[in-house]
Amino acid sequence: MKKIIKYVMTDILRNRIVLLYTIFLFITSFSMFSLEDNTSKGLLSLLNIILIIVPLVSMIFSTIYVYNSAEFIELLVSQPLKRKTIWLSLFTGLATSLSLAFFIGAGIPVLLYQRNTIGFMMIVMGILLSIIFVAIAMLAVVKTRDKAKGIGVAILLWLYFSLLFDGLVLFLLFQFADYPLEKPMIAVTAFNPVDLGRIMILLKMDVSAMMGYTGAIFKAFFGTYTGVLFSFSVMFLWIVVPVWFSTRKFNRKDL
Amino acid sequence: MIIASNVSKKFGKLKALDNVCVTCNKGECIALIGPNASGKTTLIKTILGMVVQDSGFITFNGNNILHHWQYREQIGYMPQTGRYPDNMTIGNVLDMMKDIRGGKVTLDEDLVNAFELKKLMNKRMRTLSGGTRQKVSASLAFLFSPGVLILDEPTAGLDPLASEILKEKIITEKKKGKLIIITSHILSELDDIITQVVYMQEGQVCFHKSIGELRTDTGEEKLNKAIAHFMSTTVK
Repeated sequence: MKKIIKYVMTDILRNRIVLLYTIFLFITSFSMFSLEDNTSKGLLSLLNIILIIVPLVSMIFSTIYVYNSAEFIELLVSQPLKRKTIWLSLFTGLATSLSLAFFIGAGIPVLLYQRNTIGFMMIVMGILLSIIFVAIAMLAVVKTRDKAKGIGVAILLWLYFSLLFDGLVLFLLFQFADYPLEKPMIAVTAFNPVDLGRIMILLKMDVSAMMGYTGAIFKAFFGTYTGVLFSFSVMFLWIVVPVWFSTRKFNRKDL
Repeated sequence: MIIASNVSKKFGKLKALDNVCVTCNKGECIALIGPNASGKTTLIKTILGMVVQDSGFITFNGNNILHHWQYREQIGYMPQTGRYPDNMTIGNVLDMMKDIRGGKVTLDEDLVNAFELKKLMNKRMRTLSGGTRQKVSASLAFLFSPGVLILDEPTAGLDPLASEILKEKIITEKKKGKLIIITSHILSELDDIITQVVYMQEGQVCFHKSIGELRTDTGEEKLNKAIAHFMSTTVK
């Protein structure tokens, strides 16, 4: 397994996109921190950019990378290797390099300007989101044989998680405005890792007061030890479940 | 050594393999022939585990291949069209394979030397011609001196000199008592290599005979004439 991860990683590093992504994150983070005189404000602006960019890049890059590795996968499958090993190595290679890119690009500036629990939470969430979206992308790839269709599905999924989901939630809130929806909202956030990440960071920032009564409920739940444990286990499930399904599917795929 | 029992595979509506039963033993050299789209490559890919059959099972030395992936250590496979990662060089590909598979076995670099691949080691795979790609595939199949060689259209795209080298190599490996499975449309070149013929049509195995039986049955000495004789009698 280690050997294949090594080949995947060297291949990704040779591909300059991940390097450009790192540089982009690096420049954005530094400019955000130097634009605002208050580093907390800088962190808030950075948060909004990261929650859009990280899922997008992780998703699209992984999708295209796995499609382009079709030959590599085909070559390995006829060799004495377990299919599970090949697939998990590909996942590990992608997840490691994208997390590393995030850590170097955004993590280091955050650590320089905001070395506290908020900054730390932001780095952890960024890395988790990178891994989650690699896992989701790989599930999309293994389910669709056609490259154009697969990339389309990846873009739609990203749209769903970044924009459509929030729209749906707002719609539900307005439709059922007469009912107390604050507590069910906690359950609803579990269906979107991006929102979960946003809430975890915002609560650490103490701007939850601006979110009204729902914010208070969120604070009461996610602020506790159980809340943190809940959100981390949900994030973890968002990694494990897609990886498990895609591995199972890949095991029986015809090449 | 390799036994396929009642293997069936469908691609959508198309029956690629229909209840295929084949037994391959050590020391045999089997020609897998049949018209285009008769399921030859699918059968080979199922044996390698690249395609998963819908029903039936394949055993390798008595172990079901679905659960024992290690059997592929004993197989050298040369695909019909070798597809390799574009931005790797020939040297990279060879090193990677040695890294993944090597270790215990002694490397057999006869073909690497005979095809003079050493001179081309720094060429990227995407710049290679079809013939050179085939040479790389052939070298990889023989590199780890496996007990079973599966060659899918080995001489397609090779120049006469290279295909003669490959043929010589197949004959020397055959003399070592290895199982060799070849598919080819150029029947005349199989004449002095093979011992058995498996003829497939529309996903089914029409017959599996030794070359001697085939000759006496059809009364033809040359393989291509024997097969032509067979095809014309079955069509009628």
